[in-house]
Amino acid sequence: MSFVLTEDQEMLRETATAFARDELSITHLRALRDAGANGKDAKTRQKLAELGFFGVIIPDEPGAETFGLTGLGQILEAQGATLAATPLLQTALIAASALQLGGSPAQQAEWLPKIAGGETTFALALDETAHFAPYNVSTEAERNGQGYTINGLKKYVPDAHHADMLIVVARTFGESGDRHGLSLFLVPRDAKGVTITELKTVDSHGAAHVTLENVNVAESALIGPADQGADILDPVLDRAAIGLAAEMLGSAQAAFDMTLEYLNNRKQFGQLIGSFQSMQHRAAKMFIDLEMTRSCVASALAAADDGKSDLAELASLAKALASELVHLVSNECVQMHGGIGMTDVADPGFYMKRARVQEALYGSASWHRDRYARLNGF
Amino acid sequence: MAYDNAEQLEEFRLEARKWLEDNCPPSMRTPMRDDEVVWGGRNATFKNPDSKAWLDRMGEKGWTAPEWPKEYGGGGLSRSEARVLEQEMRRIKARPPLFSFGLWMFGPALLEFGNHEQKLRFIPDIVKGKTRWCQGYSEPGAGSDLAGLQTRCEDKGDHYLINGQKVWTSYADKADWIFCLVRTDTSTKHEGISFILFDMKSPGVEARPIQLISGESPFCETFFTDVKVPKEQLVGRVNGGWDIAKRLLQFERSSISAGGFGGTGGSGILGPDEYAKHHVGTDETGRVADGDLRGRIADHKMYTKAFALTVQRQTEQAKAGQAVGHTASILKYAAAKMNQDRHELLIEALGTEGLGWEGEGFDKGAMRVTRQWLRSKGNSIEGGTSEINLNVIAKRVLGLKEHQ
Ligand SMILES: Cc1cc2nc3c(=O)[nH]c(=O)nc-3n(C[C@H](O)[C@H](O)[C@H](O)COP(=O)(O)OP(=O)(O)OC[C@H]3O[C@@H](n4cnc5c(N)ncnc54)[C@H](O)[C@@H]3O)c2cc1C
Repeated sequence: MSFVLTEDQEMLRETATAFARDELSITHLRALRDAGANGKDAKTRQKLAELGFFGVIIPDEPGAETFGLTGLGQILEAQGATLAATPLLQTALIAASALQLGGSPAQQAEWLPKIAGGETTFALALDETAHFAPYNVSTEAERNGQGYTINGLKKYVPDAHHADMLIVVARTFGESGDRHGLSLFLVPRDAKGVTITELKTVDSHGAAHVTLENVNVAESALIGPADQGADILDPVLDRAAIGLAAEMLGSAQAAFDMTLEYLNNRKQFGQLIGSFQSMQHRAAKMFIDLEMTRSCVASALAAADDGKSDLAELASLAKALASELVHLVSNECVQMHGGIGMTDVADPGFYMKRARVQEALYGSASWHRDRYARLNGF
Repeated sequence: MAYDNAEQLEEFRLEARKWLEDNCPPSMRTPMRDDEVVWGGRNATFKNPDSKAWLDRMGEKGWTAPEWPKEYGGGGLSRSEARVLEQEMRRIKARPPLFSFGLWMFGPALLEFGNHEQKLRFIPDIVKGKTRWCQGYSEPGAGSDLAGLQTRCEDKGDHYLINGQKVWTSYADKADWIFCLVRTDTSTKHEGISFILFDMKSPGVEARPIQLISGESPFCETFFTDVKVPKEQLVGRVNGGWDIAKRLLQFERSSISAGGFGGTGGSGILGPDEYAKHHVGTDETGRVADGDLRGRIADHKMYTKAFALTVQRQTEQAKAGQAVGHTASILKYAAAKMNQDRHELLIEALGTEGLGWEGEGFDKGAMRVTRQWLRSKGNSIEGGTSEINLNVIAKRVLGLKEHQ
């Protein structure tokens, strides 16, 4: 395992950081919010495609080298720093992984180039309740003559309000809670029977509830074998958690840096507030947590690239630590800014709102702690 | 830095493996209990003759200090060779042959600041475990504010004369020599401190053990009355001791976070999850029955894993020239928290089984846990308190300003 980036990955990191800083700043997010865009941003999508960011884990030709998840992680971290709303996690990471891990050669040939080129974006429609629970799926896909008919309701699906395609997790066997019996389907957003209810969310990134009413898809829409979708879903969700953890690390670092700067500028009682020890110790503890989380995110990204068998464990480690980190840092960022931290003109609030969304998606800290214990047999 | 190619390194691995196979006695490949730890020194005690043989062989090869120069009795290995040696020792579960303040903190500082004669005189005996050192830093009025120390050191022409008192001196009653901070100038604070070495058998030295909450008495009050010290035993320049003191503290913090807490750092003790399964019980799926305890154990285990990964990351980054500053303080803080959390969880998981003190009726292993739990409270105090380490991070790493 390497904690030191390759030269190529380092360059990618620099490009991504500069891009996020120059074009996807919080000012940009604020403008989108004020314009009511709700996270929809066609121009940015276009620029991401030009930069090649959609195809970071997709080889140019079969077997060719890529920047790997480690490379994509650098981009996600950079966009986390400025809270940028982009389709990268859903499309470049989740959909690309699902197709790479479970897609048929025909599906791969059709969709991977479209993902890499930024032509088609995706959203993973999984959760049906307010809490992440990947096997609690009641949405049904019933066999009909030429394919399947899908019925169900998916809640808070990130990017579903602007994605071109959905990957819908449905049940072809068994009952909600069973691991066996899940299947993954490719469903165009404009398929007959699909209703997208756009959600205005606290982080201004938006999301959507997705209703599927007698949606007919062909046999060829199935990703991987029927009933065994969890074998694809699990590693995809691990990667999603890791990618999101990288994004969260970026958010936490940025909120922390902003706080540190404020501590070194704001004066009260004739002193810099950062010279008060109660502030210094809290800042130092956050820094230690940042260092620890950074190690976990880096090793989880590398584990995905190296095909390590402890991927699940490292994914849970990274997501749990990143969740606690971003929670703490975003709260402290508001608190340490005092009154200005409570205002909409300042940025701390943006970090706090986005943090709660990041924490909830793909498993909360408790969910991952619980899984970590299970994976370790206690 | 020495570079080795992969082939040479592989060759070294086979050599080391063979040597360890031939020289590490089988009884030295079992988990070690606290009372089996070898501290070396003039009055060394060995519970088991094998542990003496093991120390002698490793010391002879310089492998107790693999990376120190051969010239001074060290192993002369490169960083990568030393890592290979470590891996090979771990592979056969070899016990560390020697625990020693000399190896962990004094030796590295002397190699950096001592002159050639001093190194020749003191380093080889540290490597071989022949001299046991203690640390004379803290005083009743100078703990966190170490530079406030008062122990006086006067220049008497052909020797120095030392008067004063130290406190919390770990193993002062068992040590052969002391490395000691003394005041050579009373008109200034940090710039009036010197770093001096002397034999604990010198006339005028007295060490009185202090009992700890764990029932053990590893540390002492140490009194110096007109102690005569030869001049060549001062390290560095007169009044130049503070830099050495700080550097040594970095070594101390690093060695503490590398697992040097309170003797063996709890080796050979089961994990909190295992105790919890046993004493709290499991649910129908085999998980620890108390969900809240289980969650907190998982939290702790994750922190432990994150800590290990951080140590690994910092090592790799340092190798690539991307060092993070003051890692010793970062890791010392985290390691103290980690070890203390672990022992709190162990006590909780053990329930009343963990509340024994001595005698019959309690499991011996559980009573060791109890003693170590008490000892672990020192982790956030020894080698600089957690608060002081947070101060260091805030100021030196984060650049937060001093109160004006
Ligand atoms: C197990 C153990 C082994 C030890 N071994 C040795 C040894 O071998 N040799 C040796 O010389 N010493 C040794 N020590 C001493 C140790 O280094 C001191 O105890 C330590 O530096 C703290 O000093 P103090 O006890 O005087 O506490 P104090 O400095 O009085 O601190 C009391 C409390 O106040 C806090 N505090 C003090 N100043 C500040 C500040 N500026 N900001 C915030 N909080 C502050 C501290 O964090 C602590 O919580 C050992 C201690 C222990 C527990």
